[in-house]
Amino acid sequence: MRLKKILKKQYAVTKKEEKKKETPEGIYIKCSKCKKSIYKPDLKKTLGICPHCQYYYPLSSRARLRLIVDKNSFQEMDATFNHSNPLEFDGYEEKLVSYQEKTGQNEAVITGTATIEGQKVIIAIMDSRFMMGSMGQVVGEKITKAIERATAEKLPLIIFTASGGARMQEGIFSLMQMAKTSAALAKHNASGLLYISVLTDPTTGGVTASFATLGDIILAEPGALVGFAGPRVIEQTIKQKLPDGFQRAEFLLEKGQIDAIVKRSDLRQTLSQLLRFHAKEEK
Amino acid sequence: MEDYKVTLRTIDEAIKKLKKIYLTPEIQEEIVRLEGVSNSLEKQIGYQLEAWDKIQLARSIDRPRSRYYIEKICDEFIELHGDRHFGDDQAIIGGIGRIGETVVTIIAQSRGMSAKENIQMNFGMSHPEGYRKALRLMKQAEKFNRPIICLIDTPGAYCGIEAEERGQGQAIATNLFEMSQLKVPIISGVIGEGGSGGALALGIADRFFMQENAVYSIVSPEGFASILWKDINRVKEAASRMKLTAQDLLSYEIIDDIILEPIGGAQQNPEAAADTIKQYLLAQLEELRQVGCEELLKSRYERFRKFGRTETAQEG
Repeated sequence: MRLKKILKKQYAVTKKEEKKKETPEGIYIKCSKCKKSIYKPDLKKTLGICPHCQYYYPLSSRARLRLIVDKNSFQEMDATFNHSNPLEFDGYEEKLVSYQEKTGQNEAVITGTATIEGQKVIIAIMDSRFMMGSMGQVVGEKITKAIERATAEKLPLIIFTASGGARMQEGIFSLMQMAKTSAALAKHNASGLLYISVLTDPTTGGVTASFATLGDIILAEPGALVGFAGPRVIEQTIKQKLPDGFQRAEFLLEKGQIDAIVKRSDLRQTLSQLLRFHAKEEK
Repeated sequence: MEDYKVTLRTIDEAIKKLKKIYLTPEIQEEIVRLEGVSNSLEKQIGYQLEAWDKIQLARSIDRPRSRYYIEKICDEFIELHGDRHFGDDQAIIGGIGRIGETVVTIIAQSRGMSAKENIQMNFGMSHPEGYRKALRLMKQAEKFNRPIICLIDTPGAYCGIEAEERGQGQAIATNLFEMSQLKVPIISGVIGEGGSGGALALGIADRFFMQENAVYSIVSPEGFASILWKDINRVKEAASRMKLTAQDLLSYEIIDDIILEPIGGAQQNPEAAADTIKQYLLAQLEELRQVGCEELLKSRYERFRKFGRTETAQEG
């Protein structure tokens, strides 16, 4: 019995998830999309985009931050947080610790204040390397606190989404985070403040069905997969293959679901411009 | 649990046999005694139903569904159709009804009570236009200052190509967003299955109830077992680990009230089940009538705000 428990726990921390779609290691790497080899320092220059096929690798929250906000302007909120395991799910705490060690982050999102070309914003950046960016109570809480602070200080809000959806290990408590974040956004909205959501690969499930799609302006990175149900679930449900490009940013643009697709290299500029258009005169 | 069921069956058979015999006063007495035992056993089983048993009840084709309840609960009802943009989703019924003295807007996820009905209603799985119809009617309710009642009964929002094309995620998100600010009382409750965001999209409310044998969860137990354990055979274990019964969710303060069902489930006596819901709604409508709008919205916000709350802001 005891042995079985130990084995089960090891099974729970399987490496499969970790391998998925991160910037690979080594000096030369093989692009996970086009399979051509990439000189790794090149990947840094291209901001994590394959120089051959233009595939966008997910960025860590910190790398994203460097790309978007003014240098040294970021002041993190709620950097440390105590986790809970509301359903007492076996192996969940261990899993969290292993992701914390691996990513150097406390959770799947960082939040804080920053400036973009001198314009003050509240920013939240999700990180798909941390348990697929799934939303449990801590992610929901950090995002909600960021939104509430934006409302209180009358600041615009930018959220970069990257998430597989709700965090299953926290069950119904994850579901409540969808309501909580959306209600906080409704208050921010009622105060006449700007919220821009930037959808990055992948954004699905409970995050798509809450704050990701509630932006006054919704931007997406090229090729980002965005949907409510993941493609595998849809294929299983309808028992047919999905068309090429289904649920990609370009598809969403065509279907009228997002405002614009913005290249990674242009994002800072575009966000700055939008902030400028919505700047309020100081009274 | 299984033992109880076997004992109960044995007793019921004994009663049947006894009834066939020439009835002496002693035998009649014995029948009455056995019926008493049988009833109390039935009650105990009801109380001890495991999560998986409740899921079976919640999914059972015999279980009364929204349309039946609307008919029984409302003294009058007129159905209103369509989202004004794309179509009319049969998986959600919307309309205006009168319960006693109160005129209300009713939004109800609709599953069939036969295979044919179920296909027509897509097994209660909405497309975006269903959620948009719901929101349109809720906004209408706000305009005319009538309370809203939502009956939740869905395995989840539909997963399909068209649903994605028309923005399933955005439709659900918009309901969460808008419902949190609606200036009229909202009472929501799960009468069967409450699956994921598709259920939550009608669940931002001032009172939230569940029928005794209803379930409410982040994903189906099948989905949970396959996502977390890659093993669909562990579905029963998933059901109990997920804490999806009304009793579990009441203890977590996810819901406010449990509405009791007739012994053995709502299907045993649909009329009684409907009447219990009606009495509950009447009482809650009366209570909510006394609450001012500002207070209503504040506590509606707090209902969800409390899950995962921390006060440890660490700046810098």
